Amino acid sequence: MTQKRNSVLEMFRRERQRGDFVFAVLMLVFSLFLLFSFPSQTSRADFTAWFAQPTLWPAIAVIGMVVFAALNLLGSVMSPRIPGRLKELRVWLGFAEFAGWFMAYVFLVPQLGYLPISILMATALLWRSGYRSGRMMLIAVLMGFFTVLLFKAGLRVNVPGGALYEVLPAELRNFFIVYL
Amino acid sequence: MEHLLPAIELLLQPAVIVALLIGSVGGVIIGAIPGVGPAAAIAILLPTTFIFEPLVGLSLLLGIYGSSMYGGALPAILMNTPGTAVNALTTYDGYPMTRNGQAQRALGLAYSASFFGAVISVVSLVVLMPVLAKVAPMFGSREIFLAALFGIILMILTHKGQVFAAGMMTCFGILLNTIGMEPINYTQRFTFGQSWLSSGVNLVVVVLGLFALSQAFLLLSGSDKHVEPQKVTGSIFSSMREFWQHKRVAAVSSSAGVGIGIVPGVGEFVSQFVAYSYASKTSKTPGQFGKGSPEGLIASEAANNSVPAAALIPLLALGVPGESLTAMMLAVFYVHNVVPGPQLLTGQMDFVIALYIALLVLNIFALVFLLISTKSLIKVISIPNRVIGTMVLMFSFVGVYSLRNSLTDCLIATGFGLFGAILKRLNIPIVPIILGMVLGGIMEAKFRSAMTRIQSPLDLFDRPISAVLIVAIIGLLLMSLHSAVQQYRERCT
Repeated sequence: MTQKRNSVLEMFRRERQRGDFVFAVLMLVFSLFLLFSFPSQTSRADFTAWFAQPTLWPAIAVIGMVVFAALNLLGSVMSPRIPGRLKELRVWLGFAEFAGWFMAYVFLVPQLGYLPISILMATALLWRSGYRSGRMMLIAVLMGFFTVLLFKAGLRVNVPGGALYEVLPAELRNFFIVYL
Repeated sequence: MEHLLPAIELLLQPAVIVALLIGSVGGVIIGAIPGVGPAAAIAILLPTTFIFEPLVGLSLLLGIYGSSMYGGALPAILMNTPGTAVNALTTYDGYPMTRNGQAQRALGLAYSASFFGAVISVVSLVVLMPVLAKVAPMFGSREIFLAALFGIILMILTHKGQVFAAGMMTCFGILLNTIGMEPINYTQRFTFGQSWLSSGVNLVVVVLGLFALSQAFLLLSGSDKHVEPQKVTGSIFSSMREFWQHKRVAAVSSSAGVGIGIVPGVGEFVSQFVAYSYASKTSKTPGQFGKGSPEGLIASEAANNSVPAAALIPLLALGVPGESLTAMMLAVFYVHNVVPGPQLLTGQMDFVIALYIALLVLNIFALVFLLISTKSLIKVISIPNRVIGTMVLMFSFVGVYSLRNSLTDCLIATGFGLFGAILKRLNIPIVPIILGMVLGGIMEAKFRSAMTRIQSPLDLFDRPISAVLIVAIIGLLLMSLHSAVQQYRERCT
């Protein structure tokens, strides 16, 4: 009987990466949180058939998430573990640094202008990545410049001019706001 | 024939030709750089294309989609590193050929097979178009709902070893689509009292986070270990002549790509493996597979390049995208109020044919570009990962910020970027999130309108396409259950 149960559970075995168990637990907790929030986050409509209820598809999604997340966790438990969970968590936290860089870029563009910040961003990121030679710094400056040239001056994408451009002389200001 | 001339006229607009040229050349370059991939590029360019006419925007995105696999073969053959995920199988036989000093032979065969696959798929679909135009109007709400459901189930089941994770991500995608104000009854769903969630989660923002920003984070925090690509000497043209000796494998592989590519939720990977298995089983030298077999290389490249044209079919005919790249293209249609579906196929056949001819033209552009620039492209392959990561991060900003100049969008995209990077580290598929979001919305709307005409479950079988789809869904589930039971029995004995 135990052997039979074990072979059923072994069917859930799969390839497992470092951090798989942590992720599987977090996803199950998140799914359960959504399930418990369901009554407060959705409301049924009166005089509406079951198939047109606004709660139907969120219910399908959340119940599906809980079921699949539980099975995924079971798979993780049954699969051979690769050590290095903490190391993997450090890698995940490392991504947050670059998320910070991105958000800094987003905050600074409306203040200092797209062109200056793009050049600054490219040089700073390449410096941070270990490319510190004069040649690479020049490449970074060109990268920032051509990015702005391509998207703002060329394709006219919707990026506002920086507040800093206001201090420029009137003739230059307009040009900078529209193209750079 | 009556639609051919108006379609060509549509394509002859200068803006369309420029978009095709930029898209196909850009696609080859993007495909050649390992670590970027067409999904990130399309995600970044998506908001930019909203300012163009639908055909111009779609030509640009199609150019990247259709030609990236050509470029992806380059690092797969020269460095054993696939440029795009679908070139993974190309490394099996391409790289061993390079190690045997036959890089130019491998490249010539790969280019010929890719071009052959693309041409076969475009031609066969243009020929099939009148039939599709007759069949598509038979798809009502019920059939479109069932086709989307079939696609979702198939997509989950094809993620072997990751079925539960794929299911979880699909449901998460469906949930994301439901967030915000429900459009019929005006009730809030999962907004947690936050006004910025009332308008829902924007698909483009999620796509940019999951595909572009996540890739930037991975590239920037990864190592810059680099394999020097092998040099290419000699003429590629002579090996292109050799390709004709393997025309049977190329034809069957292209047909597999077309047939499988039409089915929503399956795509390049399955068609490649089907084609590769066929080629190895029917080869006179099966022992050569994995060691530098020209047939293996041709099978994988012909199959993956014949998928893009086929993958457009469910999108154009039913409005149901079969994979993430066509799901992104759906956004271009929506922005321009062009509704893909049976009406598009019957009412705007010129536009549809124009898209297919555009696919054909972009393949010619991509092939010509590769033939004249292969040696220069080898320098592009050598760009360090972190430099590419910096570029992707900066380009992602354009994609997210230019949408609505919204800080909230950027924060959401960053969140999905972090989530996507973790998923990629864990080898958990991210495509189901996007398909869940897109197909979830379609299923909700179509289910609601279909059910108003259904009195009993038996009514589902009163229309032939609906009955076939239900039988297909049940068959699919039974088959996977059967395979699980078989697996269980094998373990018991």
